[in-house]
Order: sequence, then C-alpha cells, then structure tokens
Amino acid sequence: MMFYEDVKAGDLIPGLVKGPVERIQLVKYAGASGDFNPIHVDEVYAQAAGMKSVFAHGMLSMAFLGQMLSDWLGLGGDLLRFQARFAAIVWPGDVITSTGKIVRCWEEDGEGRVEVEVESRSQEGTVTVKGKAVVRLPRRSA
Amino acid sequence: MVGRKSKPARHLIERGAIRRFAEAIGDSNPLWVDEEYARKTRHGGIVAPPTFPFTLPAGSNVREGLPIDLKKILHGEIEFEYRRPLRAGEVITCSAEIVDFYLKEGKSGVMSFLVTETRGVDERGEWVYKFRSTTVIRP
Repeated sequence: MMFYEDVKAGDLIPGLVKGPVERIQLVKYAGASGDFNPIHVDEVYAQAAGMKSVFAHGMLSMAFLGQMLSDWLGLGGDLLRFQARFAAIVWPGDVITSTGKIVRCWEEDGEGRVEVEVESRSQEGTVTVKGKAVVRLPRRSA
Repeated sequence: MVGRKSKPARHLIERGAIRRFAEAIGDSNPLWVDEEYARKTRHGGIVAPPTFPFTLPAGSNVREGLPIDLKKILHGEIEFEYRRPLRAGEVITCSAEIVDFYLKEGKSGVMSFLVTETRGVDERGEWVYKFRSTTVIRP
C-alpha cells in the first residue's frame, strides 16, 4: 500500500499506454456511457459534420487518465479532484500515452494531500488531454 | 438560460453498468468488477471508476430547447470533485444546472461555451460527487 510518506513533489507516477483506439471501442463507450452523439460512431454523420472520421468521446480519453490514477493509488488513496481539458481530438488508430507528475504535497486534517499534473499524448506527441488531480493518501504514522 | 435547473433523477448504481463501463474503457481493475475481491478492501464492495458519474443523467436535459447543433459541439473541459467513490447498489439522486454561458473569439469565428454543474447525492442527502463540465459550440 502506498503512503503519503512514500511520495514527493517531482516524482513521476507510473504511466499508461492505451490503444490503438478502435471504432468498436467508441461504440462500446457510447453504449456504456449513454452518450449516443452519432459523431462518435457514425462515419457518414461525422464527415457531414466536417470531421475526417468518427472520433473518441473526450470522456473516454479522460477515463484513460482515470485508470492511470486509480492503478497508481491502488487500495490506499482516494481521488478528491480530477480535472481535464480536452486539447486535441483522439482518432481511431491513435495510441494514447498518459503520464503524471506530482507537483505538490501537503497535510490536511491529519491526512496527506498530493496534487498531480497529468496529460495524454498521441503517438505523434500531440497533447490530447491536460489535467490535474488531487488525491488523499493515508499517513504511515496515522 | 444560466440558472436553469434539471429535474432530479434517482439512479440505482448497477454492478452490470459499472462492469460494462469498465469493459468499454478497457480498465480491468478488480475493484470495478470482482465482488469477492472488492468486499475485502476498505470499500467493502464494488465501486465505480472515477469518470463513471458522468454517465448518470439528470432528470431532464438542461440544454433542451437551446439551439445547439449536435454536429457542432465538443467537450471542452470537466472538473470532478469527489467525497468518496460511488458504490454498486446505492441509490444516487442526480441533478444538473446551467452555471455559465460565454462567447470567445476563435480562429474560425465565435465559439460559445456552456458550463453545467451536476451533482450526485446519496440516500443520506450528502453529495458524493460534483462535476462542472464545459461544452464548446463551434461556429
């Protein structure tokens, strides 16, 4: 289990590589999320909307970051805040690499708090999502 | 438009819905799917991945009736706040409100930004999550 004492500002958290994103995953995500905007699943509609093809829901990209954070936290910590700005579209075929870096650690209510800057990039290096998270970590001494 | 509130909607947080969501995002963390495993953790049972609350609709669409073309919208930004993870089997009452609307000059014309805040409240009346989400409407 990870404790507040185990981390410090400047540390990188374990990254996560996802994809290539497949069209079928967009269909599954539409079904699982209830977001049936056809622009994510219907090629004809997406092209009529001026896009080169269907593209991933922003929230699917954020879910990749969420997976990275919950894998890192394991059973010990909790997410308190999780913010994401969708900077570029994720297309079918993209391989998405997510990374995170601890930028701040402090104590609050006898527990640890850690702020992490996170981002995802495509195989071309384009930043697709940029965000941050605040997590609560237990203290070893507590 | 700002200040417009949805009706509330009550949702049973179903294990199957969490599992389908975890499968769709390709996240095999046993906390989302394995009851026996999850029961032995401090969560005491299956919980939902952090972005799952976004899938729970409010009781009415706050964007209903606004002249928004689905072909023109993009998700701009979102910020979640959590008090604790969402648990399978609990009932959450979900409601949304339009909290901001503004325009910005972009490369291809004027972009509109619609900001909604959604919250989920448990059966004890305490909020479990809130999120503030910005939809961008392209010119």
